[in-house]
Amino acid sequence: MEFVEAVLLTVITASTPLLLAASGELVVERAGVLNLGVEGMMIVGGACGFAGAYLTGSIAIGALCGILAGAALSAVFAAVTLGLAANQVASGLALTILGVGLSGLIGAGYVGQKIDGAGHLYIPYVTDIPLIGKVIFGENAFVYFSIALLIGIWYFLYRTRAGLILRAVGDNHASAHALGYPVLRIRMLAVLFGGACAGLGGAYLPLAYTPFWVSGMTAGRGWIALALVVFASWLPFRLMVGAYLFGGITILQLHAQATGLGIPSQLMSSLPYLATILVLVAISWVRGRRGSPAPASLGLAFVPDR
Amino acid sequence: MRLALERRAERSIAMALVSPLIAVALTLATGALLFALLGKPPVEALKIYFFEPLTDPWALQEIAVKATPLVLIAVGLSLCYLANVWNIGAEGQFLIGAITGGWLAVATHGTGAGYWVLPAMLVLGALGGAAYALVPAVFRVRFGASEILTSLMLVYVAELLLDYLVRGPWRDPKGFNFPTTAEFDAVAAMPTLIEGSRLHLGAIIALLVVAWATVMLGRTLKGFEIKLVGAAPRAARFGGFSDKWLTVVTFLISGALAGLAGVIEVSATVNHLQPNISPGYGFTAIIVAFLGRLNPAGILVAALFLALTFIGGESAQISLKVPLDLTKVFQGILLFYVLACDTLILYRFRLLPAPKAVHGIR
Amino acid sequence: MKRLMIAAAVVALTLGSALTGATAQEKLKVGFIYVGPVGDMGWTYQHEVGRRAIQEQFKDKIDTSYLENVNEGPDAERSIEQLVRTGHKLIYTTSFGFMDATAKVAKKYPNVMFEHATGYKRDKNLATYSGRFYEGRYIMGQIAARMSKSGTIGYIGSFPIPEVVSGVNAMMLGAQSVRPDMKVKIIWVNAWYDPGKEAAAARALADQGADVLAQHTDSAAAMQFANERGIFAFGQDSDQIKFGPKAQLTAIVNNWTPYYAERIKLALEGKWATGDVWGGLNSKIVQMAPYTNMPDEVKKLATETEGAISSGTLHPFKCPVLAQDGKPVECKGGTHLDDGQILGMNFYIKGIDDKLPGM
Repeated sequence: MEFVEAVLLTVITASTPLLLAASGELVVERAGVLNLGVEGMMIVGGACGFAGAYLTGSIAIGALCGILAGAALSAVFAAVTLGLAANQVASGLALTILGVGLSGLIGAGYVGQKIDGAGHLYIPYVTDIPLIGKVIFGENAFVYFSIALLIGIWYFLYRTRAGLILRAVGDNHASAHALGYPVLRIRMLAVLFGGACAGLGGAYLPLAYTPFWVSGMTAGRGWIALALVVFASWLPFRLMVGAYLFGGITILQLHAQATGLGIPSQLMSSLPYLATILVLVAISWVRGRRGSPAPASLGLAFVPDR
Repeated sequence: MRLALERRAERSIAMALVSPLIAVALTLATGALLFALLGKPPVEALKIYFFEPLTDPWALQEIAVKATPLVLIAVGLSLCYLANVWNIGAEGQFLIGAITGGWLAVATHGTGAGYWVLPAMLVLGALGGAAYALVPAVFRVRFGASEILTSLMLVYVAELLLDYLVRGPWRDPKGFNFPTTAEFDAVAAMPTLIEGSRLHLGAIIALLVVAWATVMLGRTLKGFEIKLVGAAPRAARFGGFSDKWLTVVTFLISGALAGLAGVIEVSATVNHLQPNISPGYGFTAIIVAFLGRLNPAGILVAALFLALTFIGGESAQISLKVPLDLTKVFQGILLFYVLACDTLILYRFRLLPAPKAVHGIR
Repeated sequence: MKRLMIAAAVVALTLGSALTGATAQEKLKVGFIYVGPVGDMGWTYQHEVGRRAIQEQFKDKIDTSYLENVNEGPDAERSIEQLVRTGHKLIYTTSFGFMDATAKVAKKYPNVMFEHATGYKRDKNLATYSGRFYEGRYIMGQIAARMSKSGTIGYIGSFPIPEVVSGVNAMMLGAQSVRPDMKVKIIWVNAWYDPGKEAAAARALADQGADVLAQHTDSAAAMQFANERGIFAFGQDSDQIKFGPKAQLTAIVNNWTPYYAERIKLALEGKWATGDVWGGLNSKIVQMAPYTNMPDEVKKLATETEGAISSGTLHPFKCPVLAQDGKPVECKGGTHLDDGQILGMNFYIKGIDDKLPGM
């Protein structure tokens, strides 16, 4: 039982950065914008987050720096793709190149420094409950925030008028515009929100997961976050399932290796990817012929005409 | 008053030619500023970055070497994107092509096999890449699973497969158990075009592919079909075109070209299989495809241009002692300028009085 | 191009193989090719520390530059050639994956000196160098055996290549010399460098009962985790005591500075010659960080072993070395396994209950 608890704890800590970044991207894509630059925004969030925390000694300020940095970078993307109707796919990839470079420059002075990572919640007695105590009541603030964020996004998208409008913009920008909604302004806010979430997801790595900075430390997590949004069929709670499934299999294969099965480690390492593909295929198969769940205007440029 | 975009009645041919020049001018200005801020001589820096590679025959050849795989992959990807098919797993198809083609080189190593080896490798590479691309295509048309996810995830699987093969079964028996296959025999190596240079036959193949794609898109029914399905899927369906079949076909073509690029790259520049055979060509090619406006000739120019920035960036690292990260930032800025200036082809700026109903650009 | 080649050959002929005179007066340009970013705080960072140190030491006699994050695939040859073409006369390529590219460029430019880390291909103008890191791992094994309560070491592996495998074996030989029933659990993360994954592997190993962690990956993630969990760990590449003040027992420090300084001195004097340096504790390429967080008697044991290996009286792979099936491995080096056997090691020793993946 202790073992199950240990695995759950590891899965949650490993999945949280994916969940944070993917949550933001989900909103962006729901508004009809495809920003492939998640990796770039995450890594800049990581570098700025670490710098902020190192200079001020505060994890919260560090997290805020990460959020602002991610949003700032996404503003560049918004200016080019929304303001100038440039191609979103290419701009997103360019954003990743830019972000990786910037993070290296920003972080250069902090290589080899360390900070005290984010603390964990501890409620006397409650956190000590076997099996679920630590998992539910002993996480760091980022974990609780990621879940609250997801609930907030769900509420926003499905229970508020603003969310309804955002979805309408993503599904058919021409109609939304005809109805008088400010398509570009809504999209810009969504992109900034996505950048902020990616920045926070990136900041989680050097602030909570492994409290030091090394360049390139996101190691491709931004790409996984992008895939998870597709996996979730753009539904908030399925995103959580996807993130924990991916994280879960990643951790379980490590545990399986440690038991000495002698299965090629490359096969074990490929399991999370294969499982994600298979589960998506199964979901899509069951969903059948109800058509693509993707927002209909996803990735298309919009320029209002008169 | 506010500045807004307005769609042009038709693509501006003048702007199609002028916009890259504007982008380059803006980049040079930004670059000069950036280098000046860092205390490097701005003119000298830009010369090293952009002009020296263009005046040095060795660097020109290296630019062509670097652009070759990018052109091959990007042409295939552009067909997908024109048809609204989102293959972003070209990197995986590239690796599988290198594996299936490279397999023959490993299998015939030291057997004295004849000159049929290289052509057969190229065919096997293309087939391997196509077969690997078929997976996301089938998942898409048969089950409706998004090809964005499946093609991307299969990249990681391909990387791990290559890793397994070169560390395990295909490892060079004489290589102290290091993770590489044996060096390919001469019959499995791509011939070079100029002695002593790395410029190889693959560059010619890439040019042929560009020519083929130009004709195919511009002059054939298949090309018309690809463009129509992408631009107006409903109309295409009424016209009797099957978008499912087209998904499969474009995936197959782009997979085959990526696979071909993979096997060409290992037989021409690396000469054996090892865990690392691609510096992300499959992803860079996505940018190339869009920078080239999904047009074969444009892709050729875009790939050469991007290769120039890689090689210029390397020179800058050596001569100006700037970190790699700075050259990446510069490359990112440059790409944004080029993408932004492309807007001028389809749109023009207009100053408008700001009535409430117009939600334009600020 | 052809004309250039001929010109290069003529220059090489007139200068001869000795690179004396001319180079000594003007600055010697020394170039480095790195596989990772200089900010990796691991393998590449340690080479960068060496580069900075020699630049400082030789000041205006040499001029150093580097290319970082060079892909080991198609780009490697070009990057190395770029250094040659910008006048670099001594070039270090610091990862195994650059071997063939370095060999090719070395053949093309016979009047440039090359040194390749961790490979085995050599030429008139291509030397090789590496560290006997397994020596340090033997000491770690002894310490682990004394410090572990559970009797299990957790080992985070990068890729199952010979260098890593010989490290696991050396550590277990050291451990068994103190406590024959020591166990090891191994996780391959299939990366040199992914702090998140390294931390997850460290957690998994600790959750399965390992209370001393060793790693052959680059970051300080495992060390930091061990410190938080209250178990022990060994540092890798550099002294990681800052990240694990209560956890670090010792660390293997890759110390390239003395080697680089020595070779550059030779090059400046025109006495550079090819060769192979596989330096261990003795040569100071492999250094042990201070022994910390352990009782004095364990410290004494470690210091003695270090001295014995350094002076050559103890060899970590002294015969008989028993393979997993219990049969002794052929003893090619007389009293110990020879360098070829260690360099290409692809088997686990007896006492490791795991199968070597992919071999």
